[in-house]
Amino acid sequence: MPASGVSPTMSSIRQQPFGAAVLVLVWGWLLFLVLAPNLLVVGASVMTRDPGSFLSLPLNLDAYRQLMDPLYLDVFLHSLYMAAVTTLACLLIGYPFAWALSKVEKRRQLLLIFFLIVPFWTNSLVRTYALKLILATNGLINSALLSLGWIDEPVRMLYTEGAVIIGLVYLLLPFMILPLYSVFDDLREELVMASHDLGAGRFATFLHVIVPLTLPGVLAGVMLVLLPAMGLFFVPDILGGSRNLLVGNVIKNQFLDARNWPFGAAASIVLTLTMAVLMLAHRISKQRIGEEGSA
Amino acid sequence: MIRWLPRAWLMLIYGLLYVPIAVLVVFSFNDSRSGYTWGGLSLRWYETLFNNHAMVEAMWNSLWLALSAATVSTLIGGLTALALHRYRFRGKRVLNGMLFVVMMSPEIVLAISLLALFLLVGIQLGYVSLLLAHVTFCLPFVVITVMARLSGFDESLPEAARDLGASDFTMTRTVLIPVIMPALLAGWLLGFTLSLDDVVVSTFVSGPTYEILPLRIYSMVRVGLKPEVNALGTLLLVFSLVMLSLSQWILTRSKQ
Repeated sequence: MPASGVSPTMSSIRQQPFGAAVLVLVWGWLLFLVLAPNLLVVGASVMTRDPGSFLSLPLNLDAYRQLMDPLYLDVFLHSLYMAAVTTLACLLIGYPFAWALSKVEKRRQLLLIFFLIVPFWTNSLVRTYALKLILATNGLINSALLSLGWIDEPVRMLYTEGAVIIGLVYLLLPFMILPLYSVFDDLREELVMASHDLGAGRFATFLHVIVPLTLPGVLAGVMLVLLPAMGLFFVPDILGGSRNLLVGNVIKNQFLDARNWPFGAAASIVLTLTMAVLMLAHRISKQRIGEEGSA
Repeated sequence: MIRWLPRAWLMLIYGLLYVPIAVLVVFSFNDSRSGYTWGGLSLRWYETLFNNHAMVEAMWNSLWLALSAATVSTLIGGLTALALHRYRFRGKRVLNGMLFVVMMSPEIVLAISLLALFLLVGIQLGYVSLLLAHVTFCLPFVVITVMARLSGFDESLPEAARDLGASDFTMTRTVLIPVIMPALLAGWLLGFTLSLDDVVVSTFVSGPTYEILPLRIYSMVRVGLKPEVNALGTLLLVFSLVMLSLSQWILTRSKQ
């Protein structure tokens, strides 16, 4: 973003009452609806659960200790595992996909991207529900396989870990593809050719030129997939049954059903910290490419 | 490398992305009660859908919420983008950073923090809380859309306007606003769709007095099969398709 770039007509805010009013509005909005609520969550995570007024003193770290309880730790690790598999699957599908997409002629690319975004703008609940029609015991895949005679009895696919992962990949794939497409689109063909001219083989070029240059896109994609893959509680609700929960389900249950705010807040802070680490990694990888590019 | 392989991969993935959608559309015209087997063409599920009063009311509520959230976020977001583009001020980077963080945060984190705020401040859960929440998550998308439009803009026009004696306000109104109009429209449509589809944040900040569509669908699909959901999904698909085409059309036409 050209935030620090000073354009010739850019004026100081001090002489502009209208501009100042706009800034007061947007700052007010962000402080009241972003900063304050997040501070509240941090505060809630160190308070004590109270059935009457949600929270009470004294301050303590019980909620964080409860996160380490084997019961919840299991749920967390299982959720992290499903999110990691989802992310990896999105990367394995999305990386070659974005590469191939960037090679298509320019005019068709726009249309193809349009068709990539269409499902993404279609209500995600409804799309998850459609997967249920396909995966159910008497659903489309099973009836197709049965009528072909490939199986004798229906395979159980719904309400499994696999169903949750399929649902997550289906909903989140465009979030992996779009940032990857953007780095492949910026990738200069001369660099690849230069690498070939200098005697590098296909594999060496891929490893030493293409992978490092597309790394920011990979990290952006990972960030955009991994975190929602831990939060989209409606996917396990529809496809996963009660045994394949996400961190999002835990947070939702603790906040809305069990009314254990400190615990829900602590779980949410763990998610936020994960996001912070990923954002930092993304920044560093981008800066490193910037330095190499200008050197 | 085999030359057809990349194209085959593209086609395979596009196919897989559209299979569930195709199933949805086809089954919405299915006459069979069971939901899994084909029983001939019929519009009965559309009929069931529109005879469901709670559903129709939720549809109107959602539409109204999306309209107002998109409008408010376009107003604030558009002005913010102009301010970021036009003025030097302290904390600009922090403002940019905060908008970025809102965009990247997992929805559920935003959801519980807003719920905590609304309960603490005493804002009743309903239309107002939903509006505040939806505007908050739409805002960064509008700012980014408008900023992108402004960053490619020739600076000599506003300069000329100023040299001719136009005040900053007049210049903004007569030069900058027309330039960013397509981006404002695109941002509005984006906000509208985001608001209409949101499940996670709405689950937390809506109350019993104001039921909206995604939550109605959620309570329907959690248990068993409800064929009228197919009909609803098809309608929503057509609706998003129209909105998305419209925004693409506005953006590409204005570039020429």
